[in-house]
Amino acid sequence: MTKLLEVEDLHARIAGGRDILKGISLSVGAGEVHAIMGPNGAGKSTLSSVLAAKPGYEVTAGRILYDGADIAEMPADERARKGVFLAFQYPVEIPGVNNTYFLRASVNAMRRERGEPELDAAQFLKLVKKKMSLLDIKDDLLKRAVNVGFSGGEKKRNEIFQMAMLEPKLAILDETDSGLDIDALRAVSEGVNKLRDPGRAIVMITHYQRLLDYIEPDFVHVLAGGRIVASGDKSFARELEKTGYAHLERAA
Amino acid sequence: MSAHLETIEELAAGSGDGYKYGFVTDIEADTAPPGLTEDTVRFISAKKQEPEWLLEWRLKAFRRWQKMEQPDWARLNIAPIDYQGATYYSAPKNAEGPKSLDEVDPELLKTYEKLGIPLGERAALAGVAVDAVFDSVSVATTFKDTLAEQGIIFCSFGEAVREHPELVQKYLGTVVPQGDNFFSALNSAVFSDGSFAYIPPGVRCPMELSTYFRINAAKSGQFERTLLIADEGAYVSYLEGCTAPRRDENQLHAAVVELVALADAEIKYSTVQNWYPGDENGVGGIYNFVTKRGACRGSGSKISWTQVETGSAITWKYPSCILEGENSVGEFYSVAVTANRQQADTGTKMIHLGRNTKSTIISKGISAGHGQNTYRGAVKIMPGAEGARNYTQCDSLLIGKTCGAHAIPYIDTRNPSARVEHEATASKISDEQLFYCLQRGLTPEESVSLIVNGFCKEVLKELPMEFAVEAQKLLAVSLEGSVG
Repeated sequence: MTKLLEVEDLHARIAGGRDILKGISLSVGAGEVHAIMGPNGAGKSTLSSVLAAKPGYEVTAGRILYDGADIAEMPADERARKGVFLAFQYPVEIPGVNNTYFLRASVNAMRRERGEPELDAAQFLKLVKKKMSLLDIKDDLLKRAVNVGFSGGEKKRNEIFQMAMLEPKLAILDETDSGLDIDALRAVSEGVNKLRDPGRAIVMITHYQRLLDYIEPDFVHVLAGGRIVASGDKSFARELEKTGYAHLERAA
Repeated sequence: MSAHLETIEELAAGSGDGYKYGFVTDIEADTAPPGLTEDTVRFISAKKQEPEWLLEWRLKAFRRWQKMEQPDWARLNIAPIDYQGATYYSAPKNAEGPKSLDEVDPELLKTYEKLGIPLGERAALAGVAVDAVFDSVSVATTFKDTLAEQGIIFCSFGEAVREHPELVQKYLGTVVPQGDNFFSALNSAVFSDGSFAYIPPGVRCPMELSTYFRINAAKSGQFERTLLIADEGAYVSYLEGCTAPRRDENQLHAAVVELVALADAEIKYSTVQNWYPGDENGVGGIYNFVTKRGACRGSGSKISWTQVETGSAITWKYPSCILEGENSVGEFYSVAVTANRQQADTGTKMIHLGRNTKSTIISKGISAGHGQNTYRGAVKIMPGAEGARNYTQCDSLLIGKTCGAHAIPYIDTRNPSARVEHEATASKISDEQLFYCLQRGLTPEESVSLIVNGFCKEVLKELPMEFAVEAQKLLAVSLEGSVG
């Protein structure tokens, strides 16, 4: 059975540069939680950027099959509407754009794609209240402009809140734990765990073991030198904590 | 009055005494012959059956105009204007428009849809003969009655000349003198019509006054003349223009707007302008050269200008405030868009004369395509303006690599206790912001529109509510095709 996401021998680069991804193969099924770890410069952010179709990146070889279709040429907004969600490592500020307004525009874009009726302001607020209680989001986050003046923890929480609202099929969490203190990490992780679903695949990109204590993965992969050099189940992560990446990098 | 009536009667009788006044044109004609001479001015005045004093006023302006030259200091590329080749008066045409919505350009209808223009208004805007569609007379009558109850006068300029000449004579030309500039002189000589409003002392006008409901529903002319007076303690909010794209075979639009606010009065003047900007090569668009000025005559008075300028091939205007009264306040909020080959040289002048006067300037310029957008602002603090304060924020947003944004601020302070602050930013829509929006499912157009509206938020929130909603849609429509 084809999995939700099949990455086959993917080579990719920043337009005009050299290949950063040098043959990634990955299989992620719905309902599964995968962790991708590895040293700096290995290509972890490149992978998440390429999967989300960030402009400026090129696929030079290989395929990305999502829901059975090759999406290598599909632009970012189309992929998003088909259920691909990226929780950004550094969420950008959009001054003057109210967070709730932005979220409603986004939710309605998804609903339009699925042929569902759009939500008006009142219906939308009802949905927001429901999801807010899941995640312990403070009211005032909704009144402010998107990410403007948000602390690091608030930004990451806002990303997970958006994930809750948009209900993606494939969620890519790009170093969601970076810059978070223990409490913030715990809160964000609780949120992600509540969003686990048999119809949803989650790929976490992370540097540190710590996140995996809170969000238990089904599979762990190590990305080094642009390739996946090792994979295992959740116990593999604990091993890595002891051994580090160095010996794996040499094998790459 | 009698001298004027004499003229009409003599001409109608074909007595040939038209020569007595140097007036040879057939007044029965619907259109003045091309060209601008004293005859043209007399023709216009006679057509409107104006009193002698106004004809003299026009002639004075005309003679002044003849000695002036079109200014060329703006950062604008203006093709030479043939002043003698244009016609300066034509009666409103009724029979030539489309007979129904079916005959209207479908692209135009699509734009009305995008802008959210109510169905009932689309036919009228497209020039379909209105009678069957929209009962404008009865709506206007109810409106007028409500205002009359409070002593508020709101009518066409022409009607004001007839019904309230003492008010017109008292204030006309006192805020924008005829000779102020080349275009105000031209306007003073050949102005077609416009709006007049007077709000009596202590009265808060209960509804927004809009040119759409003006009693004289003639198509707005190329040389509009507007005069609004708020007496002591009065309040009025006035809306000019509409988001629907407007065409006019007359290319030059040189309006004059004068506002007078007496002690503790407040005038809020909002404009949404979407005149035809020309094709993608900039050919054929309207030239919008406007002189707008408000005088805060009394202490504690306030005048606030808000404008959203997305149309016209060339926009050249500086809605300004003269802060005479102590503690008076002047405000200017502006969004100006130049896309394709549009040009804008716009801004404001805040002249502080009285003590503790305060002014705020928030200017948002958006350039796209090959548009050139210039902010030109002057803050003048005169010696008597003890404790004056100004805050200016001038932000430019550039979309794409071929457009331009320029800021030319003038700050002239002659009182050491003044506090003047100026902040400016120039930015482009960041790739990160765009990608963030795309990744949340918004199309590239929706993303740009969202970010642009966020950029303009501080100005848009100053607009009366319905205008604000329309203005947001208008911004999206005017930037279509500018992405990617």
